[in-house]
Amino acid sequence: METKKRRTSGGKKTQDNCVIRLENVNKSYENGIPALMDINLKIEKGEFVFIVGDSGSGKSTLIKLLLRELVATSGKVEVSGYDLMNIKRNKIPMFRRKLGVVFQDFRLLKDRNVYENVAFAQRIVQVPSMDIRKNVPGILSQVGLANKYKSPIVELSGGEQQRVALARALVNKPNLLLADEPTGNLDPKSTLEIMKLLEKINEDGTTVVIVTHNREIVNDMKKRVITLKKGVIVSDEKKGGYIDED
Amino acid sequence: MKISTFFYTLKQGIASIFRNKWFTLASVATIAACLFVFGIAYILTLNAANILHNAEERVSITVFFDEGIEEKRIQDIGFLIEDMKSRGIVARYEFVSAEQAWESFSKELGENAQGFTENPLADSANYQIYLNDISRQDEVVSYLESVEGIRKINKSDLTVDALSGLSTIVTFISVSMIVILFAVSIFLISNTVTIGISVRKEEINIMKYIGATDFFVRAPFVFEGMIIGFIGSAIPLAALFYIYVAALDFIGGVFGFLSGIVVTLPPAQIFMGLVPISLLIGVGIGFFGSFFTVRKHLHV
Ligand SMILES: Nc1ncnc2c1ncn2[C@@H]1O[C@H](COP(=O)(O)OP(=O)(O)OP(=O)(O)O)[C@@H](O)[C@H]1O
Ligand SMILES: [Mg+2]
Repeated sequence: METKKRRTSGGKKTQDNCVIRLENVNKSYENGIPALMDINLKIEKGEFVFIVGDSGSGKSTLIKLLLRELVATSGKVEVSGYDLMNIKRNKIPMFRRKLGVVFQDFRLLKDRNVYENVAFAQRIVQVPSMDIRKNVPGILSQVGLANKYKSPIVELSGGEQQRVALARALVNKPNLLLADEPTGNLDPKSTLEIMKLLEKINEDGTTVVIVTHNREIVNDMKKRVITLKKGVIVSDEKKGGYIDED
Repeated sequence: MKISTFFYTLKQGIASIFRNKWFTLASVATIAACLFVFGIAYILTLNAANILHNAEERVSITVFFDEGIEEKRIQDIGFLIEDMKSRGIVARYEFVSAEQAWESFSKELGENAQGFTENPLADSANYQIYLNDISRQDEVVSYLESVEGIRKINKSDLTVDALSGLSTIVTFISVSMIVILFAVSIFLISNTVTIGISVRKEEINIMKYIGATDFFVRAPFVFEGMIIGFIGSAIPLAALFYIYVAALDFIGGVFGFLSGIVVTLPPAQIFMGLVPISLLIGVGIGFFGSFFTVRKHLHV
């Protein structure tokens, strides 16, 4: 899988540069009400994409499809070369190791310190202890937490916690970073710091997809913006802004 | 599994034992309580069986011969008994001559036996017959009664009925007790494990998002369950050992006069079986309890 992927992504065909490809995707929950309708979407390697929309428009549902936390009701979902409609259960861990995920509520292990939270991600993929001791301080200094590696999670501010989460998402060098409202719980200053970090990560080659409600950030950063409304993509602009409700 | 992963997983299992003190305590207590009662049932059953077995072995039929019977006839009766032995009815038998009978009786009499010059038990030569299955005693006795040359048959009615009844009751009680106990302990343990898992549901979730395999998620819980099971079986074993040794002392002191009837088994003989059985059950419950409960929560 790995070698095949590398060969194709090195090729000329733009199609093979897709990290995310959705075709005619529909998703309904058990109650039958559709959360996403006929979604067609391509995100290429190295892109930085905002997903915006009202509450309940289906943003989190979309992220969950990309994580393979949910399976689409119909259509085609392809992420990092994996066909998520037909992926075998025992292949899901391998698929997820190519992803970094960040959530609004950080989802850290609150009973462990900063270092352990990041090292945890490496242990799961069975990186040798010697390499972990090298990698973790490196990634922590990248997110500006080098001097806090011993701190318990509960003693950190929201912004610092999200940076730990980011370090954990990045330590395994994912090719795609998914973030569902990563700054939803943060003040403007921390929000800006996190966004700067995400932009830097993107510049280093990681594809970044961010769900956000933050109008100013979206308007300032001039990135690709996909707008959802009631489960449908209503706009997709290369250097877009936050579309105001009328 | 890599060695470093093994140690990490083991460390996580041990760490979460301390992190979830109350969960650990509840599980250990449940397993310990069940195995304690199991141990008592085991000890009682084994001892009861031993006492019964001993008593059964003592139950015998004594056959006395007609006065002035010929040597030849005694031998013929011996052949009849030998025949029953070959058919599996008789376990063993022995001929006790008048002299031997007097000898053992005079030992019991001690000094009182000094006055006799002639054997007062001249007609007391007999066959002592031990049966394989004491419930067939009546059958054997009525057969022997029809044999020529037999004057009298001694048997112990009361012992036979009491023993076989008691043996059935002991078996029944201990089997049903063990069945009930295991049903209860499996229910309790699956409940405690579920609580422990739900406390850490978030952790499992995070692990799955990062790309942990089911095996990796499950391993610390399984280690934890096995350690809890081990502690939960070691505690009652230690307690039972001291209690049993003390009980033997007590019984030896108070019921010393019954030493012929109440034949207690030595601790070594009891615990040689009880230790591996208890450990296997404890660790097994811990293993399967966490294995199957974690599985329910792996679908993230
Ligand atoms: N588990 C669920 N079961 C049933 N319906 C659900 C479930 N999760 C979400 N929905 C519904 O699907 C729709 C889309 O929800 P989703 O969480 O994707 O919205 P969202 O854009 O992330 O909203 P927000 O900005 O508030 O986070 C909503 O109508 C929601 O009620
Ligand atoms: Mg949402």
